[in-house]
Amino acid sequence: MSHDESIGESLRKQGISRRAFMKFCAATASLLALPPGMAKVMAETLERARRPSVIYLSYQECTGCGESLTRSFSPTLENLIFNMMSLDYYETLQAAAGTAAEAARKTAMKENWGKYLLVVDGAIPLGIDGAYCTIAGESAADILTEAAKGAAAVVSVGTCAAFGGIPHANPNPTGAVAVSAVVKDKPVVNVSGCPPVPEVITGVLAHYLTFGSLPELDHLGRPTVFFGNTIHDRCYRRPYYDEGKFAKTFDDEGARNGWCLYELGCKGPVTYNACPTVKWNQGTSYPIESGHGCLGCSEPDFWDKGSFYSALSTRNWSGGTVLGAAAAAGVAIGVGAAVVSRRRRAQREKEKQS
Amino acid sequence: MTLLDFARGAAMKWSIAVFLFGVLWRLVGVLLLRRAHDYSQSRGPSLVAGALQTIITRSWPRKEFRASTAYGVAISYVFHIGLAIVVFGFVPHILLIRSLIGIGWDGLPSGVIYFCSVVTLIALVMAIIRRLTHPVLRLLSNFDDYFSWLVTAAPVLSGLLVVAHFGARYETLLAVHILSVEVLLIWFPFGKLMHSLLLPLARGQTGAFYARRGAST
Repeated sequence: MSHDESIGESLRKQGISRRAFMKFCAATASLLALPPGMAKVMAETLERARRPSVIYLSYQECTGCGESLTRSFSPTLENLIFNMMSLDYYETLQAAAGTAAEAARKTAMKENWGKYLLVVDGAIPLGIDGAYCTIAGESAADILTEAAKGAAAVVSVGTCAAFGGIPHANPNPTGAVAVSAVVKDKPVVNVSGCPPVPEVITGVLAHYLTFGSLPELDHLGRPTVFFGNTIHDRCYRRPYYDEGKFAKTFDDEGARNGWCLYELGCKGPVTYNACPTVKWNQGTSYPIESGHGCLGCSEPDFWDKGSFYSALSTRNWSGGTVLGAAAAAGVAIGVGAAVVSRRRRAQREKEKQS
Repeated sequence: MTLLDFARGAAMKWSIAVFLFGVLWRLVGVLLLRRAHDYSQSRGPSLVAGALQTIITRSWPRKEFRASTAYGVAISYVFHIGLAIVVFGFVPHILLIRSLIGIGWDGLPSGVIYFCSVVTLIALVMAIIRRLTHPVLRLLSNFDDYFSWLVTAAPVLSGLLVVAHFGARYETLLAVHILSVEVLLIWFPFGKLMHSLLLPLARGQTGAFYARRGAST
């Protein structure tokens, strides 16, 4: 399939009806929270648009993001890679391997220099000159730097790519960093989550394909359309929080009644993501709906913020020695003050008698 | 490290350390002060009963002063009771207390807490307006009075902002709320907020003193 072929031409060749295409556009516009009229604009734009090249790089990651991406249902990954874009390099899905695979990446970069979309999942290790992660003899940092130079934009998929994620967690032995720490001169959109909601990944890609630009981002570089609200604010269990009804254990009456999981460590109040609205597995459910509190996986350093099972309002420090020392010092100074006072009083009484 | 991490971590630990240090310093210092020997025979049935009775009776204005002090006493009661309900009745607060001292209890519905917070804040505003407009009170007031009011009102206001998600992102508001409580903890032992621990001791001492002499309190 040629890069010069428009998306409309590509769809017609495959026998996809206009009706099906409009349904796809309406679903995607809805996912992106665009006004209803934008579905038509999206259809007209996509109809004429050239299929952009997409290069997908994977580094320090578990392939969970890729697994998530393949489970997107609207738009589906197949729809995107067969109809909307040309996925020219993705180790997990491509047939080519070794030299042929690297050659495909370099060819795609050369042919689409300055125009391709670079998608990255996984953190970038900078320790010992990037030797912790190398592909075909090149370090992850070097490949990313080179690939980013010719990219129109960079999408960091998953918390590892967006914020360093688990590889970046204390003590971070490989010196793992986020993509944005390596790529400084290109727009980077962070699609965080461990893994991200699949429709959020494909939704961002669809936005780029439709409008040729990245969506509006929050202060952490995440699309506000998906990361504009906390899990807590959109949670169907929120009324129980307001009523003061909390599950105390994972198998008590409160848990069975679907009460709020705040006491069990839910990080929903400080986690921004689309889980409660878009949900997972074709809108089946999301972690809280399945009975487990939110881990806060779409936030930076979520792995280092204390126990997943400690309530958000509890302390996240240990300091028995400090508190003990402070108490002992307080008692000692109090005793000292009393002793000084007693001596002065005794002295005054003595002077009065003499 | 985010502002919230700092508020929940190092700032919380050190503010509690300062609170413990200061409270124990002042309490031990007061409790170990030398008391003059009283060689007279006690004329009251029980010094403890006298102490407790005075703590209770002086928490309510005497009939002679009721008209002139009713307003101040009423708003004081409202914000003291309101603060107690908000601090000890809100589930996230209870969870924090449990994580610190291992003791917890059931909380109140969040709606009740929000209502009490609003009433408490209104009462606190009325209290400061009274202090600023009452000629005698204004004359008697110093930095300690105003700052103690500020560190008391700030957590209530910031807590309401957290609930309303008003003015900033939730985690920023939460961090500001926690930090405002930590400022209160640091100031507590060294300012007039210490009255919450010293007042029962002072009144009890007075009550025991009068009970020994058979005087009515």
